Order: sequence, then structure tokens, then C-alpha cells
Amino acid sequence: MNTEQIISILSEVRDPEIPVLSISELGILRSVEMTDNKVSICITPTYSGCPAMETIQEDIHSELAKHGITQVEITQSLSPAWTTEWMTDSGKKKLLEFGIAPPTPHGCSQNGNDHPAYCPHCHSRNLELISRFGSTACKALYRCLDCQEPFDYFKCH
Amino acid sequence: MDLVSTFVIYWADNTLILGHRNSEWTGQGPILEQDIALSNIALDLIGQARNFYQLAAVRINRIDKNQTLTEDDLAYFRDPSEFRNLILVEQENGDWARTILRQFYFSSYQFLLYEELLSSADRDIAAIAEKSIKETRYHLRWSAEWVMRLGDGTEESHARMLDAIQMLHPFIGEIFTAADFEYEAAEKGVCPLPEKIKSRWYKEVNSTLASATIPVLSADKISPNALSGKNGVHTEQLEDLLSVMQILPRAYPGVSW
Repeated sequence: MNTEQIISILSEVRDPEIPVLSISELGILRSVEMTDNKVSICITPTYSGCPAMETIQEDIHSELAKHGITQVEITQSLSPAWTTEWMTDSGKKKLLEFGIAPPTPHGCSQNGNDHPAYCPHCHSRNLELISRFGSTACKALYRCLDCQEPFDYFKCH
Repeated sequence: MDLVSTFVIYWADNTLILGHRNSEWTGQGPILEQDIALSNIALDLIGQARNFYQLAAVRINRIDKNQTLTEDDLAYFRDPSEFRNLILVEQENGDWARTILRQFYFSSYQFLLYEELLSSADRDIAAIAEKSIKETRYHLRWSAEWVMRLGDGTEESHARMLDAIQMLHPFIGEIFTAADFEYEAAEKGVCPLPEKIKSRWYKEVNSTLASATIPVLSADKISPNALSGKNGVHTEQLEDLLSVMQILPRAYPGVSW
């Protein structure tokens, strides 16, 4: 087994809240190293209190165990801090298909002007913020004023 | 415990205790979306607390090789007098207005301090600040918007905000009165003295209060408190809080599920 193969296995580990996204597409997986027979994996948390991180670690262990890899050490690194800029384009596309508006590029640097580009259902730009916090810390709740559907927006971070 | 570790504990305790108080609103919020918002903020704060407790445990265990402390030991098995949080955060929630104002005051302080901690001589503390400041920015924006909504709202919401201002008044002084661990940490370049961010805090807070049609705070009228929470001298509110928060692991030590 080499690191490329391990990384490929890890692309099967999904975000438990948003199961269309893998931890690679989310930008959570930072590094994979192999020394002797041990695999060292470094991940970075999205939000400090994100409860999915525990599940993700368990899933990493069990996914690797399926392939006979049990000598696994997972560490979390806080710096550099996770940012939505690390989310891949394929990840953003999958979010949209799932019905979640993906983070607007460079929305973080716009001092409060972090809004979804358009409604994931009807693509209208006529949107209204309902709440800055949605079903999870990483999402905000919006409503489309054209098709009237509410939707989650993955906030820039 | 060395004083820089005490500084880490100070921030762990602040975020844990406030996170716990906010979580008491879960299921009780005035509107579903705001119940969720405050619960998410509580979660962010508790996550930050975990980072600080984990760091404190590592530091303490490194200095005293006989110790094998974990974050859970620090959170669940210390008594009230060992906690270092501000008196501000241990108070009962009161109504929505008081909860909002408390969050606004705290997030304003937290944001300014975390900005300074980004260049801390201690890189572990800087890393936690770097991670946490993004979340705190959201907490600050959310609570500031609510201060304005309530202050410049109805007669009742305005009156409740004025009550909240009065109730929280006595707890502001402590924020900017440096404790021994803050002096020590500042000397080591780990953090600034709270005095350094004081005028910025008043400026930012007062700008929002003015927009909310609430009389602004006057730094002269707020006396630096004889130190209290930072020195482990707490109100009975903290005892009540901890007796709920700590009961399960203390009643069944070592249990997991």
C-alpha cells in the first residue's frame, strides 16, 4: 500500500451531514504519511464545535480497516485554519446538486457580504436571509423569493 | 499550574461556561431559527473550550510528568474555586435581551483579544485563535444585529435592553482588570494586557448601542472590579451551573457511552 492508495480509500469517507461530499472534497484531509507499517493521517476541523469530526475519525478507522489497515494514527491540526477556499470545485458542484448553495468564492473577504450566488433550485438571484445559522453551524438559512423554497447556504469560512 | 497555562484555562473556562449557559436556551428559544442560532453558537464555544482544555492538559502534563490530565478532568472534576471564568459568563440567562447583550459584550471582547492572540508568542494559542476568530466574527455580527433589533424595536424590547444594560453593568470592569496570569502571559508575549483593547471595545460596543438607540457606556463610570472570577472567587450562579454540568461524570466516574 502506498499513500496514493490510502488517499483513494479515504475519498470514500463522507461528511456524515452532507453525504455527497468526501473529506477530500471538503478540504478536511490535510496529509497522509506512511512510516514503517503505520499510517499517520492529519485532518483539520471545520468549525471548533463540529460534532461530525468524531464520526469522521471513526469512519476513517473503519474504512481503512476494511482494507486491512489497522495501524492508523489520526491527528488534528488547527493551523492553518480550515477555510472554504479549500473546498474543491467538484465538491461545490455536488453541494449544488444536493440542494445546498455552495460558498461564494472570496465571500470571506467581503466584510459581511457573504451571500449565495443564486437559488440552488431555480437559480434566481432574488434571495432573502432567514438566519445566519442553519441546521448546522456551517450553514445559513435563505429563502428564494421567486420559487419560495427555503435552502441552506454553506457559509464562507 | 504555571501562569500561562492558567491563561489557557481562563479562556477554556470562559468559553465552556458561556457555551453551557447558551445551551440552556436550546428548545426554549423565542423563535425556532434563533433557538438554532444560539445553539450553534454554544456549540462553537464549547468546541473552542475543548481546544483550550486539550492544550492546557498537554502543557500541564508536560511540566509535571506525574500528571495525566485530560480535557474531561479539567472540565468535569474541578470545583468552582478552580474555575477562572469572568463573572459575566456564569450569570443566569435572564430574558432574551440579557442573553443577547451578554453575548454581544463577550464576543466583542473575544474578537478583539483573538485578533491580538494571532501574533502570540505561543504558537499553539495562536493556532486556536486563528481557528476560533472566524466563528467569533459570526457570533459578534449575530449578537450586534440583535442588540439593534431589540434596542431600536418596540417599547417593550427597548425597555428590556435597558434592563439588560443595567444588570450587566457590574460585570464589565472585570474584563479589563488584569489578573496575575494576564500580567505573566503579557510579559512573555503570549497575550496583550486587557488594557490594550479596552478603548477599542468601548468604541465598537458604543457604536452599536448608539445605532440601537441605547445610551452609550461610559468607561469612567465603570470601575475596575476588585478581581473576582479571574481569581476563582465566583457567585453561587457558578456552583448551580456546575452542579448540573458535572453531575453525570462525577456520579459515574469512568463511564462512557
